Amino acid sequence: MEHIELFFKSIFIDNMVFATFLGMCSYLAVSKKVSTAVGLGAAVIFVLAITVPLNWLLDQYILQPGALKWLGEEYAVYDLSFLSFIMFIATIATMVQLVEIVVEKFSPSLYNSLGIFLPLIAVNCAILGGSLFMQSREIPTLGLATTYGVGSGIGWFLAILAIAAIREKIRYSNVPPALRGLGITFIITGLMAIGFMSFGGMLTGGDEESKSENKTATVETIKEEVNKEAKVESNLNVAENTNK
Amino acid sequence: MGLLSKKDAKLITDPLADNNPITIQVLGICSALAITAQLKASIVMAISVMAVLGIGNVVISLMRNIIPSKIRIIVQLVVVAALVIIVDQVLKAFSYELSKTLSVFVGLIITNCIIMGRFEAFALGNGPWRSFLDGIGNAAGYGLILIIVGFFRELLGSGTLLGFKVLGDPIEKTGLYSIGYENNGFMLLSPMALIVVGIIIWVQRSRNKDLIED
Repeated sequence: MEHIELFFKSIFIDNMVFATFLGMCSYLAVSKKVSTAVGLGAAVIFVLAITVPLNWLLDQYILQPGALKWLGEEYAVYDLSFLSFIMFIATIATMVQLVEIVVEKFSPSLYNSLGIFLPLIAVNCAILGGSLFMQSREIPTLGLATTYGVGSGIGWFLAILAIAAIREKIRYSNVPPALRGLGITFIITGLMAIGFMSFGGMLTGGDEESKSENKTATVETIKEEVNKEAKVESNLNVAENTNK
Repeated sequence: MGLLSKKDAKLITDPLADNNPITIQVLGICSALAITAQLKASIVMAISVMAVLGIGNVVISLMRNIIPSKIRIIVQLVVVAALVIIVDQVLKAFSYELSKTLSVFVGLIITNCIIMGRFEAFALGNGPWRSFLDGIGNAAGYGLILIIVGFFRELLGSGTLLGFKVLGDPIEKTGLYSIGYENNGFMLLSPMALIVVGIIIWVQRSRNKDLIED
């Protein structure tokens, strides 16, 4: 349940592009055609799913205050959290390089479709942002960190897919000349972000209310049933008494 | 002043308008949008980026002949990350509240495309002094947009500027509020940042027809 909640939350409510504006540069630059947008989106999901859990481990066992305890009691006083930026970005850069080599070796077709985007991804703020948000939101377990990574990746993928589709269609519309290209893309993204804000009530407020309503409802029905049974019993008793 | 030749001065003034990193080069959008709900945060972010980009450009420019081109991205990332850690620690030491407001976005200066973009496009091919000017100029252009967006969002969204209530007090109904003005809380939400930047682009390109894309 926790996993499903975090998954949908990171796709819709805390969407990388619409709620926190991460990865905007490549989002704007690579969204002219749907096919390239799909390639980059897939690569982002892939890399986020790998780097967020890796950085979670790094944060948990090396960087947090007192995280070095597993080395021995005397290391428990160290606080290396100021190193997190450089550690995270190094992990991301090496992982991206590694993924590129592995994909090239084992799946040339995937490499041909993802290949050119992989080096771009090392400097995509969505990737580093995923790790930094994972750290600042204090996600408790490795499993949840993976879910968060995959979910954020899918959210980013959806956003770039949507804007690419809209940009392909908007070419046939009569946009004011000064707004053409970049300007209209910004405004459309703003409108889409407003749309995505409506997902805000999906998991938080509405869920709790309906749960509590259900609970009270069930309690009431149980009470009613008990009352009914009692009545029936008393009726039976009365009937028996009259029979006697 | 003989310090800046005409060509050098152009390095600083160009990015302010006709070659603005945000509205023309489309670099460094992420942070420009996320932290502009307050003017103060925008100004601090602009100064941080200026420090990182100015110094980083010089460092990369000094090392440009010894960096093997295959691993240059990683070298650049390490240089930026080191500089950003310094900025982050300074912010935490001198204005902790503000560093909480900026949260992860200080860290995200590392992947701010403006920085990598200028390293790649300028510092790898030019000397330290010119690179420094280019860095300062681009960061100033970036900061300019940040401050414009921050100004309008804070003014229209919460009726304040740098925390001062310039439009009167909304609770006691003084100033503009006495004639029925209301704050537009929508300006504080993230989608409006995009729309404000969109409008800036619109205004800029209407004034300068050369910039219009086809």
